[in-house]
Amino acid sequence: MIVAEPKPFAEIKAMVDQAGRVLVIGCGTCVTVCFAGGTKQVAALASALRMATRLGGKEKVIDEAVVERQCEWEYIDPLGARLDNYDLALSLGCGVGVQALAERFPAKRIAPGLNTSFMGLPVKQGEWEERCQACGNCVLDKTGGICPIARCSKQLLNGPCGGSQGGRCEIGHDVPCAWQLIWDRMNALGLRTELMEVEPAKDWSSSRDGGPRRIVRDDLQLPEEYRD
Amino acid sequence: MTSPFPNTGPGNLERLIRAGEFVVTGELGPPKGWLRGEIEHKVALVRGVVDAVNVTDNQTAVVRMSSIAAGRILIEQGIEPVVQMTCRDRNRLGMQSDLMGAAALGVRNVLCLSGDHQSFGNHPTAKNVFDLDSIQLVQMVARMRRDGVFQCGEEIAGGGPPFWVGAAANPFGDPFEFRPYRLAKKVAAGANFIQTQFIYDIPRFRKFMEAVVDMGLHEKVALLAGVGPLKSSGMAKYMRDKVPGMIVPEYYVAEMDRAVSGVPKEDKSARAEAWKRRGIELCIEQIREIRGIPGVAGVHIMTVEWEAALRPVVEGAGLLPRPSAS
Repeated sequence: MIVAEPKPFAEIKAMVDQAGRVLVIGCGTCVTVCFAGGTKQVAALASALRMATRLGGKEKVIDEAVVERQCEWEYIDPLGARLDNYDLALSLGCGVGVQALAERFPAKRIAPGLNTSFMGLPVKQGEWEERCQACGNCVLDKTGGICPIARCSKQLLNGPCGGSQGGRCEIGHDVPCAWQLIWDRMNALGLRTELMEVEPAKDWSSSRDGGPRRIVRDDLQLPEEYRD
Repeated sequence: MTSPFPNTGPGNLERLIRAGEFVVTGELGPPKGWLRGEIEHKVALVRGVVDAVNVTDNQTAVVRMSSIAAGRILIEQGIEPVVQMTCRDRNRLGMQSDLMGAAALGVRNVLCLSGDHQSFGNHPTAKNVFDLDSIQLVQMVARMRRDGVFQCGEEIAGGGPPFWVGAAANPFGDPFEFRPYRLAKKVAAGANFIQTQFIYDIPRFRKFMEAVVDMGLHEKVALLAGVGPLKSSGMAKYMRDKVPGMIVPEYYVAEMDRAVSGVPKEDKSARAEAWKRRGIELCIEQIREIRGIPGVAGVHIMTVEWEAALRPVVEGAGLLPRPSAS
């Protein structure tokens, strides 16, 4: 899932400063699961903003909304009429959600209430880790199902750098060395010899380096008569 | 000005290694500034003492003068550089362009490194590159020389630049078992020489070298063992505790502590002298021991801003005079 975390309150407060009426919009999907932008977080943020703006002498109308998925038109279109009553939409969706709102409601000012962090998973209660960088050219078959692009600090494709020690990455003791994990797993699977092949320079053109990405699936195109 | 090196021929290090000499390399960190005098005044400390001098590339991710520019300044002084190049700061376009420039300026040795992560350095908010990893960089440079082509396959005008391609090895990084195989990958990628991380844990290095020799890698690549004189007890402890991927046995810490026993704490210069003397002795001891390990083709002496230690170390280890390159 997409993992995000709340922006600092002071930053959010500054973003809504010029608006009299604010609609805080949560998302019921990834950011609900990671406790950043669901119904509860929308209510808590709206309440904190009401209190802070009242104390600051500039009381604002802060209302709340949550949609099932901010990244799909069909879920955000119903917000349209309601948004007319607000100066600002404060999205607690990921960056995709924020941009979907901006794209669908071009006349409305949009602000992000979250910092979108990564694609990852909760490794335990209250802790999330990155797992995928969406490089567009998956190598997980060669690396024991552990991604060196997302999990090695240097994105090395041919084994650990000299800074790996005791299973930890050189950048800090909280970061496991991806190549130690890969080595351990490939050994356990009896596949270590596969790590002896030199992996040639990666084609990054399928990654963000190739420019903004787009997928068009011919098999999913609607017949002419059904198109918008 | 004419280059002190032939236009297209190999460098000193390559010729000595091919001739089977036990080679000695040193290291110079370029200045954190633009004044060439900072390099020139160190030249006297390395001239005639080592066969080539590594010039580091933004080491520990701290910005310094370019290793290629600093390398050229050494060439003008008659010193052969080993230009270090990391994968952290440049993509394959930047690297190849700089490599062409380096070759034109007389650089013959390139050491291909991953590079320390920028979080260690003075620009921790920088974006890193890592378009290639160090093995892919070795592969690219070796192929440039062998086939005269760029990474994309297009021909290099003038043919392949005569680089002698180096790579690093850390026998003490984890996973330990992987280390000889990683070295084998560097050899398969086309490395001509290897310089290792500082070696203080000699028994573990012996084990590493046994694996290297068993795999026959020593016959395909010249392995230069990394050593360096300790400057103080503090440095020994710092290397033991803080430097990623390094093992410093208690012996060295104890010996450095012992060197100043009886010297009053207030007498800082006497302590510094005692430490340096012992540090040099220990380094000589290391070289003598390492030289006897099968498969070792030379030593790489990292003096870390203490180039004055090079001569006493090399001389003490019985490695002077250096053989002539021709």
